[in-house]
Amino acid sequence: MITLLDLFSIAAISAGTFFFFAGTVGLLRFPDSLTRLHALTKADNLGLGLVALGLIPRADGALSALKLIVIWVLVLLSGGSTSQLIGRALRRGRK
Amino acid sequence: MNDLLLAAAGLIVLMVAIGLARILLGSNDVERLMAIQLLGTGGIAALLLIAYATNVPGVEDVALGLALLAALATIAFINLLDVDQGDAEA
Amino acid sequence: MSLLPILDVVLASLVIGVAIFTISARELFASVVGYVAYGLLLAFVWIRLYAPDVALTEAAVGSGVTGVLLITAGKRLGALKNAAPEAQPGFAFKLLTAVLAALVASALGAVILMLPDPPPSLAPEAAAAADGAGAGLGNPITAVLMSYRSLDTMLEKIVLILAVVGVWSVGADKAWGKAPAPLRQQKPYAPMVFLAQMLAPVGALIAIHIFWTGANAPGGAFQGGALLAAMWMVTMMARLADPPRIDSQWLRLALVAGPAVFLISGLAGAVVAGAFFAYPPSLAKPIILFIEAFMVLSIAAALPMLVAGPPSERPD
Repeated sequence: MITLLDLFSIAAISAGTFFFFAGTVGLLRFPDSLTRLHALTKADNLGLGLVALGLIPRADGALSALKLIVIWVLVLLSGGSTSQLIGRALRRGRK
Repeated sequence: MNDLLLAAAGLIVLMVAIGLARILLGSNDVERLMAIQLLGTGGIAALLLIAYATNVPGVEDVALGLALLAALATIAFINLLDVDQGDAEA
Repeated sequence: MSLLPILDVVLASLVIGVAIFTISARELFASVVGYVAYGLLLAFVWIRLYAPDVALTEAAVGSGVTGVLLITAGKRLGALKNAAPEAQPGFAFKLLTAVLAALVASALGAVILMLPDPPPSLAPEAAAAADGAGAGLGNPITAVLMSYRSLDTMLEKIVLILAVVGVWSVGADKAWGKAPAPLRQQKPYAPMVFLAQMLAPVGALIAIHIFWTGANAPGGAFQGGALLAAMWMVTMMARLADPPRIDSQWLRLALVAGPAVFLISGLAGAVVAGAFFAYPPSLAKPIILFIEAFMVLSIAAALPMLVAGPPSERPD
């Protein structure tokens, strides 16, 4: 029997996978390093967030569910900052 | 349900593989840094899905550790780039 | 469940592909990126093998700390690169290395394939012994590490200290007692400082949590210590802190604390519980956590010192 929570999980995880797909397409097809970086960080972060959201109903315990959210926030934080650093390196013409 | 999780994990791993192939093989040094980013986000998503599907306990801690380490590695690589091609010596 | 073998094949091919890339990359930067990526991918493999503790350790030490070590070495080699001409190893040498590596890999593969079924293993004995020592821990790996083979674990930490002393002794005589060179010479860009300021406290909290939860769930002292070391390295790389002088008291105390407490507990066990490294059954868990706390301190002090390198003379 598919419960409402299961449906929510399936929906969120499918959406997350779609965003990963979009990010990878961007990575392959965008013309420029900076645009590829953008595709990678934004789409993949959203994908990870949706996947983590979808796994929350399946977590065993409140602490595990909380950790899933912390993972997402941590990846957002580090992804945002490191993409700034990589972008600066690209702008400085590092090869 | 588990099959769906595994299918999603498999798709994500495939996309990480394609992304890695593109990044590692086809580009310059700075773009290779994006490989660490890719593994950090896609890798963690696939890891969580696989572990939830196969009932491995305690995977959230591993994912937290991976997130921290991906950030650490990127900072270290940026420092290396700055030295190799920047204006000061180590 | 027929998806699992397909997933495994994709994962294994990915790992092999990244390994081949790492070996065949032409420049240092590319191969180190490949190496770090390889280490992160191996964490997957360990999760598929139902070993989350090993996955965490592999990611933290095999890919994180060792990766930063290679990068720092690359930086210092880069400074030297302009000074002397490069001498590439000859083709015969490379061929010999490849053949030897292939031989080792095939020998390992042959051994695994030729194992009797079920393979002989120390696992049931170790699990029984760990329980019998009254360890009372929920995580059998921690029980084995800290109770069944506690002498091994203590000696490993001593080896870590010896490695740090070895690294320090490479520095110039005149520089003894000074601090290693900073991990980054120039002023860092603001996002890097922001990231370090945000990441280090959160990471330290996560590291301590992983150490504490290792008594009953995947985790433990080594993983927590390695993550704590990673966080200290993040602050050093963003110039929020500098490597300390190698003759500072607190650094030396921190390095020695882990094995010292471990050894003292072992000797005390001889007096209190009747055998070297035996723990009194009712106090086993608190004693183990107490020892592990100091081990976390030692590991968190030793690993960044290994990365920071030998002391160097600086203009100040």
